[in-house]
Amino acid sequence: MRLLTERPLSRRDFLKACGTLAALMGVGQSAVPRIARALEDAAARPPVVWLDFQECLGCTESMTKSRYPDFLNVVLDMISLEYSEALMAGAGRQAEKNYADTVVGQPGKYVLVVEGSVATKIPNAMTVGGRTSVDIAKEALTAAVLVVAVGNCASFGNVQAAYPNPTGAMGMLAFMEQEGIDTGKLIQLPTCPVNPVHITTTISYFLTYGKVPPMDQWHRPLVHFGRKIHDECPRRAHFDEGRFVEVLGSAEEDERLCLYKVGCRGPHTYADCATVLWNNRANWCIGSGQCIGCAEKDFWDELVDFYRPMPGVAVPGFGGIRADADTIGIGLAAATGVAIAAHLAVSAAKGRLGRNEDQVVIEEKEE
Amino acid sequence: MAKVVIDPVTRIEGHLRVEVEVDNGRVVDAWTTSTLFRGLEMIVENRPWMDAWHYTHRVCGVCPTPHGHNSAISLEDAAGVTPPPKARLMRNLLECAQLLHDHVLWFYILNGLDYVDLVSALSAKTSAPTLLAVQARLKAFVDSGQLGFLDNGYFGHPAYKLPAELNLQLAAHYLESIRVQAVASEAEALLGGKFPYHMSTPPGGYSTVPHQDQIDQYEAKVREVRDFIDAALVPDLLAIAPYYVDQAAIGLGHGNYFSWGVIDEDLQGGDPYKRLFPRGAIIGAHQGNLSVQPVDQEQDVREWVTSSWNTQYEGGLHPWQGITGPDFTGSDGIAEIDRNGRYAWEKSAHLKGVPCEVGPLAQMLMAYLSGPADHLAKKLIDDTLKAVGAEGNPTVLLSNLGRVAARVLKVKIIADKTLDYVAQLRGSMAGGDMEFYTPVPDNPTGQGFSGWDAPRGSLAHWSTLEDGKVKHYQIITPSGWNFAPRAGDGRVRGPVEEALVGTPIEDVERPLEILRTLHSFDP
Repeated sequence: MRLLTERPLSRRDFLKACGTLAALMGVGQSAVPRIARALEDAAARPPVVWLDFQECLGCTESMTKSRYPDFLNVVLDMISLEYSEALMAGAGRQAEKNYADTVVGQPGKYVLVVEGSVATKIPNAMTVGGRTSVDIAKEALTAAVLVVAVGNCASFGNVQAAYPNPTGAMGMLAFMEQEGIDTGKLIQLPTCPVNPVHITTTISYFLTYGKVPPMDQWHRPLVHFGRKIHDECPRRAHFDEGRFVEVLGSAEEDERLCLYKVGCRGPHTYADCATVLWNNRANWCIGSGQCIGCAEKDFWDELVDFYRPMPGVAVPGFGGIRADADTIGIGLAAATGVAIAAHLAVSAAKGRLGRNEDQVVIEEKEE
Repeated sequence: MAKVVIDPVTRIEGHLRVEVEVDNGRVVDAWTTSTLFRGLEMIVENRPWMDAWHYTHRVCGVCPTPHGHNSAISLEDAAGVTPPPKARLMRNLLECAQLLHDHVLWFYILNGLDYVDLVSALSAKTSAPTLLAVQARLKAFVDSGQLGFLDNGYFGHPAYKLPAELNLQLAAHYLESIRVQAVASEAEALLGGKFPYHMSTPPGGYSTVPHQDQIDQYEAKVREVRDFIDAALVPDLLAIAPYYVDQAAIGLGHGNYFSWGVIDEDLQGGDPYKRLFPRGAIIGAHQGNLSVQPVDQEQDVREWVTSSWNTQYEGGLHPWQGITGPDFTGSDGIAEIDRNGRYAWEKSAHLKGVPCEVGPLAQMLMAYLSGPADHLAKKLIDDTLKAVGAEGNPTVLLSNLGRVAARVLKVKIIADKTLDYVAQLRGSMAGGDMEFYTPVPDNPTGQGFSGWDAPRGSLAHWSTLEDGKVKHYQIITPSGWNFAPRAGDGRVRGPVEEALVGTPIEDVERPLEILRTLHSFDP
């Protein structure tokens, strides 16, 4: 059996990895030498503390699936993972020492990755080592040089923050604002789970340029969250031509027609899943399933009834874009006209549409 | 007497605090405390019924697949929907990939460092080029002075027994397993969209149609993982077991085991007693009772809240009547616990009136004792007993050693069977069967149940629907069984609490042996 682990990255592999990272970071191949210098010239690998609060460990799981570069190369060659409850050899007192050595011992020197939300209403619904997540988060967020909120839990509270949010689950942006901690060092990567590509590019960008990448109002990097899933979807042509899957698992699905009518939330979701894909580019949600909008804030409350089409999308064939297109929306038009307007008003008021507002299709025509 | 607290317990899913009392070098009593509450059962109420599987899928990111399947099957049961046979086959394939990923990850990444001394591996003498290269790489890592997540480990602890060469071999496979478990998850993503949290099995069946290239790639990745299991995982188990036969007398527990079963062999009816790992319970194994009993979910399952930070009620409730509501009464930060009162977020599930251990050991016992005569479990278990010098004596498996061995042998069975299921899928599609999904009613009303084991043990979802909305929802996870706090009128210990009693401990400052017992349950 040939072991991948026999050798560290060769020079050639390393530069190739930097090239991949450059592409995924959206900075162009001319940046490769600079990225390479940043990753290899540092006197020491940058210390990273990975904290878990209210979570399911799915983001740690996802990170261990990284292939650009391999997770093994990340932890052996790229960073120094000082604390991770999932991976640490030591437990209890020994684990707490790892935490203290870095968070207390090296303030301003470590990158903090947060997985999971902070329990604010019932602080004891989340404790580690005799302390609540509120206490730990305040300390670790304040002293970090960079904070990467991975997954929808750490970003927006995710499913446990959905109504009625029994524990007062809160994401990092809201928590840091509440506690008066500088949010200028915060990057949020809110899919469920996080895409490991988003983590490796984000940390590489920071190591290369010494600053956070361009982000939207939710602190999501624009390179990953600046475009709608719908606009990059390989099924988009079917949408434009009015060819839809009507029944799950059917012959239409076998042809990979558009999933809008069975509830796909691609038109409402900003993420680069269609291009970056998942699990070593094996597949993505729309490839075998559909999008439920997991990159968005409060999607468990706002994008629900996942198997019914979401209003607020101009559908070809509805209102005459194509005379021969499907009859989507019969009976939907009158009922949803008001609802759509209301939904968009709410969204705009909350700023959900953000800088991308002009890209959201709000056209809706009566029959 | 010495009190030892481990918080956090690391290399697990979730958040766990463990407190034990040590006397004369042995654990004499134990208390397990889950330190996380999210309330998903409350959150899913009043949601559209078809959405519920996405919410409850999110209970666990290490074993998401069986949560997704249980939720969908429970909702189908409530809505009176029978998924087509091919949907059951697709669920098998997704679940098998989950298991391949999970058990490989568990053996090396979560459990491995309890038995493998990485520092000792540095002094191994070897001429194998592969192992020399791995050794050099480890040495460079250690010499960097940045040990990171390996810092403050228990390396050098006298409870490590392997010779340096074996430590090096296991270290090499530890590193390699990181890639292998990723490959298994890629197989799952090919049919499910992504991992964690596949998207393709809502109530009604399998929501897409697999294409040839997806099936081909899935099979290739499964073969790659199977090669690793055959060439590394199973040989590693057999190589280290003789050094750790002491573990056959540690972590004995109550001796009650049960499994809902997992992986459908009966694709038409989904009979849980015909599953690859069949449903069943064994009560009182340490008293010599190894007979497998059927499980009646309505009669046999009760959840207690005697020691739980949950809304209090009398006695035990069946999950269809179950109540979830946070009611914290402990100390701030859970720095201290009230050993005689309420001390955990977890509720306590009991089967047939007693706490029950769940997991691969229970699953393998049911297959071994009640499966068909040609079940691979029989041969694998008998061969393993021979290898550790316990031929014909399966009771040595009712221990930490048995839990570790059962996971490895189980995943060997899964790897072989997965390829059979792939062939089955190809055959039926070639024969023209393209039915993957059954349309579901709009606004169903009814009660549903699904028991389908997670990698780490018995998992079940109970749903109540009214006019297409979720009226009530309860889940009992493997931790609800294994990590149950004391419950019932006699405040009887939970399975892990009971299994910890008797665990020897050499150095209370470095409680490695306790971690072995804990990790044998894969918390």
